[in-house]
Amino acid sequence: MSSPPSPSPDRWFKLRRTRLGEPCLKTYTLECGDLLRRARVAFQTGRTLKEVFRLTQLEAVVRFLDEHECDFVEALARDLHKPRFETVLSELTVVKNEARHAINNLKKWMKPLHMERNLSTTMDECLVVSEPLGVVFIIGTWCSPIQMCLVPLVGAIAAGNCAIIGPSECTAHTAELLHRLIPFYLDNECFHVILSSVNDLPKVVELKFDHVFFSGNREDGSRIAQAAARTLTPVTLILSGKNPCYVDQQCEIATTAQRIAWARFHNAGQSLVAPDYVLCHADVKAQLVEALKYYLMQFYGCDPRKSCSYGRMVNLDLFNRTRDMLWRSGKVVVGGQVIEAEKYIAPTILTEVTETDAIMQKEICGPVLPVLTVISRLMSETSSGSFCANDSILQSLMVALPFGGVGASGMGSYHGRYSFDTFSHRKSCLLRSTRFECVTYLRYPPYEDRNLSLMTWASTVSQKSQGWCQIL
Amino acid sequence: MSREQLIVQTARKAFQTGRSKPLEYRLHQLKSLLRFLTERRGDIADAVKRDLGKSERGTELFETIGLEGEIKLAIENLAEWAAPRPVEKSLLTITDEVYVQPEPLGLVLIIGAWNYPWAVTLQPLVGAIAAGNAAVIKPSEVSSHSAKVMEEFLPQYLDKDLYPVVTGGVPESQELLKQRFDHIFYTGSSTVGKVVMEAAARHLTPVTLELGGKSPCYIDKDCDITVACRRITWGKFVNCGQTCIAPDYILCEPSIQSRVVEEINRCIKEFYTDNPKTFEDYGRIINQRHFKRVMALMEGSTVAVGGDSDESQCYIAPTVLKDVTGESKVMTEEIFGPLLPIITVSGVNEAIQFINEREKPLVVYVFSHDNKLIKRVIAETSSGALLANDCLVHFTVSALPFGGVGNSGMGCYHGRHSFDQLSHLRSCLIKQLKMEGVNSMRYPPHTAKKLGWARFFLLKQVNVCRLRRVALLTMLAGLVAFVMQRFL
Repeated sequence: MSSPPSPSPDRWFKLRRTRLGEPCLKTYTLECGDLLRRARVAFQTGRTLKEVFRLTQLEAVVRFLDEHECDFVEALARDLHKPRFETVLSELTVVKNEARHAINNLKKWMKPLHMERNLSTTMDECLVVSEPLGVVFIIGTWCSPIQMCLVPLVGAIAAGNCAIIGPSECTAHTAELLHRLIPFYLDNECFHVILSSVNDLPKVVELKFDHVFFSGNREDGSRIAQAAARTLTPVTLILSGKNPCYVDQQCEIATTAQRIAWARFHNAGQSLVAPDYVLCHADVKAQLVEALKYYLMQFYGCDPRKSCSYGRMVNLDLFNRTRDMLWRSGKVVVGGQVIEAEKYIAPTILTEVTETDAIMQKEICGPVLPVLTVISRLMSETSSGSFCANDSILQSLMVALPFGGVGASGMGSYHGRYSFDTFSHRKSCLLRSTRFECVTYLRYPPYEDRNLSLMTWASTVSQKSQGWCQIL
Repeated sequence: MSREQLIVQTARKAFQTGRSKPLEYRLHQLKSLLRFLTERRGDIADAVKRDLGKSERGTELFETIGLEGEIKLAIENLAEWAAPRPVEKSLLTITDEVYVQPEPLGLVLIIGAWNYPWAVTLQPLVGAIAAGNAAVIKPSEVSSHSAKVMEEFLPQYLDKDLYPVVTGGVPESQELLKQRFDHIFYTGSSTVGKVVMEAAARHLTPVTLELGGKSPCYIDKDCDITVACRRITWGKFVNCGQTCIAPDYILCEPSIQSRVVEEINRCIKEFYTDNPKTFEDYGRIINQRHFKRVMALMEGSTVAVGGDSDESQCYIAPTVLKDVTGESKVMTEEIFGPLLPIITVSGVNEAIQFINEREKPLVVYVFSHDNKLIKRVIAETSSGALLANDCLVHFTVSALPFGGVGNSGMGCYHGRHSFDQLSHLRSCLIKQLKMEGVNSMRYPPHTAKKLGWARFFLLKQVNVCRLRRVALLTMLAGLVAFVMQRFL
């Protein structure tokens, strides 16, 4: 297949500049409607249905990330002060992994699934066929801007859909990069990048997509879900919440502290899956806090501000929110320094935090870790999106495990095959023949008692496997 | 506190006691539900007769047999469905336990419909119980006799607190929708579906919507028209056309139209005698409002068969309409009644185009001998399901997920799919606190060397099974070499 066509020139004329000379793009709702129409027309031509097309687009995504690694590292450094290590590993590598997994498995995923046949359906073909939904809308969040936009995109492409991607306006440089470069790699009619402020998103959703994939906070998630309901659009919501981390008295404190410290403070605490707070047994609390302090020193040195491995808050709003929570809760035992000009908050650990403190009311999304004590707690009776023992975050990197929330942390899941399934409709197909009408006649009116007995008997016999009554 | 609020609160408290979670309890409730269907057979049949004019045998065939099948399937397979599901391991997780654990969601709201008041209200309940949830059951007030029987007798068989039945009309439903649930399962129209979904969205509650649509039925000119028409007639006029998956309209070439009309006419006489009005196995329209709605749809089309009606009995004869176009009144909404319009198309190309111009339906029916044609329709149209050479029966195959897409709904159920739909499939990764050396590459301070190792471990697509096979082969080769060297 030939390389994707170069982007249309009128894209460039929408660039405006802020008073600081920074690029500032905004796609208005009217324009979004236009892009949606173009994507629908492209979908109806049927070219996304072909395996070759999907493979080419997926390979282009991998190439895109390889060829522009430096640009991504720079954009994320400017948006979040993200260290190169974290960008390459948790953003680019994860997406490439998903894309390659999809490329390797696409043929298998696209094959119709033959359902178990039994006595009653031996003469028929029972299949489940995965078909694309149409045009999907992917709304990314700012804490892992590339991962949250492109991993669902991989699933959408693999499933044969067209897509409109809305990266978060908070990470403006990354969003601009995606907007500028994607047209050089992906089909210009099928895939579009828009920049919408989070308040305009419900209006865009109401333009009517075939699926909306949203990651972000609960309030925005609820508004998007309500807008989607008005057009009967199915949604997948990956929402932030308070992820508890329980530390038992019987565990190896050093390793535990190291893993928790890594999970909480990478990306300056801005992650959907980081442990939000620690519940630890009273006997080990002092030890745990000391160990955490030790590892923070190991990771970021005496002054994390100078470490290139430590990030910054994405914007002043979030900085202020986190700082206020910090100042109004518990007692600072490690860190606590804040510098507004740099949007810097030092890795901070709080103790003497109660359940009614400000910091326990909402998800933290910053580098502050409250440590609460509990006497004993039965953790088996809990529910959550996912569960990880003796480590953090890793469960979200596995392509084989579904990643998603439950209840207020969201609905639906993705990663690996689950992404493909999220963006597909699994159509049941039952292919019969018009022979054997001599048997089928039993079901027609006038209804006779003896026919009913025969059918009840036959359906009981075939209960062993999963269908009933060929005679019907 | 309103009555609905109290019921919901009681059900949630009952769920939080944890008693719906053990498998023995779920099996016990499922067996009780089965007993309910067998012991109350008479009351159920009587209620359906009063609601829809359906005969006792019709009720058994279309409502209770299916339900009994689903319950027995759940009882037999529950242990397997509820067990942890291991997933593919990678190099990084080779020493860990990686699996997906199905768990109950909590409190589920099931809103039933009136056309098959028992089947569509209780089948989701089977899934809810099997998955370990509590459930509030709201049967449709339109099939009022069935709702009364359900309200009176179900609490005598199932746990009253965990599975309450709430009857009532629009105000009661609206009050219920204000409460917070962990999943809402709704069967009914697209208009109300939007209201339900929006109410659910306020609480971030996921939904399963089984809605409707106009299910097209394409008859290829080279197929066994006699058998095809028989099956279509059966599928259409069961329950007086009030089936969400009934063939809504026929698409066929002009050359076979008169033959199709003739065959359908013959089948109607065969099934329902010359006077369906007096015949026991032919039903009635549910109420006056729907009767008037369906009668109005006939406007502008020519009646080829049937057409008579009796408002006092809500009776409409099995009717076939011709000279119908895409713009006719009967094509503006889902019929949900015993009117079968025939629209002529020049061939399968035009049929596919016609279908794609409209909203995605619950099912597309194709009658043809030509496998290639069938596969083409599968690939070029989208619908909840596709059924070739028959009508309705895919509903009975529990292995096939039953649900809509686009305007015809979201989510699916039946058999194992009900269980999965009403469970949360929780990802679990159980690691050890050992082997911390391997993890050192991820911790700061970040160096280029660590990054290199990390790339290797994360990017390398390692097939763990193949690794094992290779290791085994190497060992075998070593053993063979050793043997050869030693003994030969």
